[in-house]
Amino acid sequence: MFTSIAFWLLAVIAVVSGAAVFRVDSMARATYALAVSFVAVGAILLLFDLDYVGVITILMMMMEMAIMGVFMIMFMGMNPALMPMDMVHSKKASAAVSLSVFVMLSALALLIPWPSRRGSPDGDVTAALGEALMESKMLVMLVISSILFATIVASLVLANPGGRYGQASDGAIGGKQRARHPDGGGK
Amino acid sequence: MTLEGVLIVVAALFCVGLYGALSQQAIVMVMMGLELMLNGVILAVAAFWWFLAPAPEGQVLLLVVIAAMTVEMAMGFAVATLVHRSRGSDMTDMAGDLSG
Repeated sequence: MFTSIAFWLLAVIAVVSGAAVFRVDSMARATYALAVSFVAVGAILLLFDLDYVGVITILMMMMEMAIMGVFMIMFMGMNPALMPMDMVHSKKASAAVSLSVFVMLSALALLIPWPSRRGSPDGDVTAALGEALMESKMLVMLVISSILFATIVASLVLANPGGRYGQASDGAIGGKQRARHPDGGGK
Repeated sequence: MTLEGVLIVVAALFCVGLYGALSQQAIVMVMMGLELMLNGVILAVAAFWWFLAPAPEGQVLLLVVIAAMTVEMAMGFAVATLVHRSRGSDMTDMAGDLSG
């Protein structure tokens, strides 16, 4: 009974704060609303006995929202909490598509004859996850680790102003060669 | 609390995120929409784990989804930084020519 009440309370918080992300009038408030939505979903995971994943979700998303706030201020160039925001396009078409997808997904959720539960959770769910990661599912983590490393490299290459081969405005001649040219490498 | 009930909540979260991803102009706001959609996916995987098959594989799948969120954020911010630097704007409408 308590679990049901807590779930529906958290579900309402998650959906309402998720909707508030696109309703509030500043990006800072939108970030806070998204953080609340993530915390509510993380708390629902805790209700499902997913202690480790729930805590990871909450901690990671709070950190992510903080980084998002930094980027927002960087791009907007002013205090985002003070800036009214109405930057939308195709509002009606987007709402129609979203509503149609919601109706379709809800109908599928209600109409599919879901099978009954197979088995029961291990006594220590976190220990079972750790054993799976270190044994049968280690390949999954190895693949993810290489993807994350590739993401770090790709993000740095994209975000670096000079890029891999230096500034595009410098042309094809490198710095050392340019120093030898009296005219500064054609500039 | 039933699987169907949780999945309707998932559908609501996913569709709110979809609306944001389709309608917002600022790249950061589009990414917020995508994050919200993945938030729904996390809840769906957790619900399937709890109501259908509470095996460790489900938890591993959850970690994969969380890793996908991380990759999406990192690459999204890198691309947003690049677009902002080269075009002086972080709006999707200013980068319409990238659609192909």
